[in-house]
Amino acid sequence: MNLDFSWMAWTWPTAAFFATIFLLLCGMAAWEYASPGGNPRIGVLRFETTRGDRLFLSLLGSAFIHLAWLGLVGPNLWWALALSVVYAVGVFRYV
Amino acid sequence: MEKTWNNKAWFLVLPVLVLVAFSAIIPLMTVVNYSVQDTFGNNVFFWAGTEWFEELLSSSRFWEAMARNLIFSFIILAIEVPLGIFIALNMPKKGWGVPVCLVLMALPLLIPWNVVGTIWQVFGRNDIGLLGYYVNALGIHYNYVQDKYDAWVTVIVMDVWHWTSLVVLLCYAGLVSIPDAFYQAAKIDGASRWAVFRYIQLPKMKRVLLIAVLLRFMDSFMIYTEPFVVTGGGPGNSTTFLSIDLVKTALGQFDLGPAAAMSLVYFLIILLLSWVFYTVMTSYDAER
Repeated sequence: MNLDFSWMAWTWPTAAFFATIFLLLCGMAAWEYASPGGNPRIGVLRFETTRGDRLFLSLLGSAFIHLAWLGLVGPNLWWALALSVVYAVGVFRYV
Repeated sequence: MEKTWNNKAWFLVLPVLVLVAFSAIIPLMTVVNYSVQDTFGNNVFFWAGTEWFEELLSSSRFWEAMARNLIFSFIILAIEVPLGIFIALNMPKKGWGVPVCLVLMALPLLIPWNVVGTIWQVFGRNDIGLLGYYVNALGIHYNYVQDKYDAWVTVIVMDVWHWTSLVVLLCYAGLVSIPDAFYQAAKIDGASRWAVFRYIQLPKMKRVLLIAVLLRFMDSFMIYTEPFVVTGGGPGNSTTFLSIDLVKTALGQFDLGPAAAMSLVYFLIILLLSWVFYTVMTSYDAER
């Protein structure tokens, strides 16, 4: 059987992007294994969030930060990435 | 009693994971891959980086479609929610009228979207359509093919006709769950009709109304089939919503890169809305 995935048009940057997401999920699974229960708590948003919620919020927010940077500043996204990391740390610390 | 943790149960979700991978994750990965490349077909791709996203975010066509989508969602919510509450309040609560009303209300929901579009496309035509012909006969100029306001009115009325029933049925379910004791107490206190609605019925409908508003908002934000069948996005671009614009870009122009970038931005917006929906619902459950 010849599996041809050329239609998926893989590139190194997109493969790295998905590998990062996959590694983040593996990291979360390992964290959950080491400390089960998801660490639920009520943060600044005034509703209960677990670790998974906080990762989801970090990734979704980062996507919007990158889009906003692209639309308002320019195509150099390194600063947007740095801002997203700061945002994710904030989400994991305070949300 | 202590809970028994059995992680082998995770294997039971594997078939679903495989299904989701093939139906959602792999296509989504492909869209991400397409969004940073350009192609002329034949599986030959050229790296474009963030070019399509930059083009999209500075495109007036995209923002106009987004604005149309938001205006459309706002209008249909402003009509369907009060109308749905009004109809639910006036539906019979006992007797033979209940099943009759419920069946009548459920009918529009059972009709496939493209059929609804076709019905209204014919209904609104001013040569053979019942609505179009008689509205023009009354001296009101109505032509949804040429006039953008008429096109908007047609699409909105069609959506109200199709989906108000959903709001009605949800509100009705909330209303019939109110025990008679509440109404008896209100009667003893001499409460007015408005006071009964404001302090008994509306609070009891809060949860189902929340579901109705969020479902209708998300659904109207993703609307495609009905306006596409009726107006095809026209006249001009006046009823071109995001989904119609997306299909035009991807399949009409075969611009897979820009269409993929647009899909991702659209997907992120829907994801954000879904998260808000989920959070509001779960927070409300926790409060109760």
